[in-house]
Amino acid sequence: MSGCGCKTKDNKDVNIICRCEDITLEEIRAYIYDKGITDLEQLRRLLRVGMGPCQGRTCTPLIVREIAAATKEPVSDVPLTTFRPPTTPVKLGVLAGGDDND
Amino acid sequence: MIKTADAVVIGGGIIGCSTAYNLAKMGLKKVVLIEEKYIASGATGRCGAGMRMQWGTEPNAVLARDSVAMYETLEEELEYDDSIELKQEGYLLLAYNEKMVEQFHKNLGLQHKLGIPSRWVTPEEIKELVPHINLQGLHGATFCPKDGHCNPFKATDAYAQAAKRLGVEILTYTRVTKLLKEGDKISGVETTKGTILSPLVISCAGAYTRELGRMVGVELPIYPERHQILVTEPVEKLQGPMVMSFYHGIYCQQVPHGGFIMGLGDPNEVKDYNIKSSWQFMHEMAAKITFILPILKNLRVVRQWSGLYDLTPDKTQILGAIPEVPGFFVAAGFSGRGFMIAPVVGKLMAEVMLGQEPEYPIDMYGVKRFESGQLYVEPSVV
Repeated sequence: MSGCGCKTKDNKDVNIICRCEDITLEEIRAYIYDKGITDLEQLRRLLRVGMGPCQGRTCTPLIVREIAAATKEPVSDVPLTTFRPPTTPVKLGVLAGGDDND
Repeated sequence: MIKTADAVVIGGGIIGCSTAYNLAKMGLKKVVLIEEKYIASGATGRCGAGMRMQWGTEPNAVLARDSVAMYETLEEELEYDDSIELKQEGYLLLAYNEKMVEQFHKNLGLQHKLGIPSRWVTPEEIKELVPHINLQGLHGATFCPKDGHCNPFKATDAYAQAAKRLGVEILTYTRVTKLLKEGDKISGVETTKGTILSPLVISCAGAYTRELGRMVGVELPIYPERHQILVTEPVEKLQGPMVMSFYHGIYCQQVPHGGFIMGLGDPNEVKDYNIKSSWQFMHEMAAKITFILPILKNLRVVRQWSGLYDLTPDKTQILGAIPEVPGFFVAAGFSGRGFMIAPVVGKLMAEVMLGQEPEYPIDMYGVKRFESGQLYVEPSVV
């Protein structure tokens, strides 16, 4: 993967995979290879990948590809996490309705 | 495949992981933990991530008080290389009528007897603690600065990792299909990944404990109740304390990451295992929270989910041996407080399972109380 121009404090190249939560490919690989976590559900909860406003739209396919590479399974066999409402972030005030909501 | 174990723990939530860790720490060599999905996939990982000592019965207040103290040093005890995100900025329990004022003062009396640093706060003091609160209808509140937040995924992971290092085998994506008996006694479990023979089996499976009990002919008074939660986008720090209203049946806190987590349950809902999300919840939650904390109306909801309370008739947990089935133990029925009392519960259960005198007497939490009528009816549940 080519670099995105982002650097760590000690000037190393990093690739940001989860843009909402600012999680890098390097961090994700450390969890997959060093800690042996290849369950997307677990990665989400421990790293917060896919937990931000976009709900994994950008990072999920990229992480699934990393998991598939690590487990040597086809990408289609990597279980996805539950898609939860709302499909796009909605303000609480809008959900609450009210006098000026028409 | 048949294997043997010294103890089998059913359930990979924080209660199961804490119990398995304590069993191994106390010297059991072969402890196997069985989890149907992944660690913290059930009630633990779906909870509101709060912990409070402000309870209305002594059994609950004591377990919470001592567990919060254990959470304060948990990272060191479990040698966790990550953070469990402990934040102690208090819980504010709002009183909207005279009856609540009276109940809260009763609770404060009990809490003070137990050394819990809670106090009554006037509407003016509430405003100091949470400046953006709407005081309409408020008579006052109680506040305990030691209450707060902890990350359920991380805390459970901390216990699971520590348990593994002590030799506990954790089987995820494994379902218990049968509890085995020899005569009256428990003798093991049958799972989707083979049979495990064990003289000690404990169910830490939340509401599913009722189904496990039925496998050995025991009817446990535990009922699933769906509770729903939503989380907003993260923002700069705005709110220290958890705000809780028994009147509205809701709670709301800003977690260290920045998002606001808020939830409620509907006590009139059918008691089943449904954990789907409903759109009605979003509207109800949004309406209630924008009344209490109007400033939140500009925050965007990014996700909603739901989970199950494992309720008992008196909303106090069932802990201990099941007398009809020697070797079978239960730690369930937490009625929404399992996460916050897990450090002490895991220790107590390990002591009881190994035939040691537990640190506190736990007979009062036994299932027999529902026959004798010695109940501990908890008034302070959302």
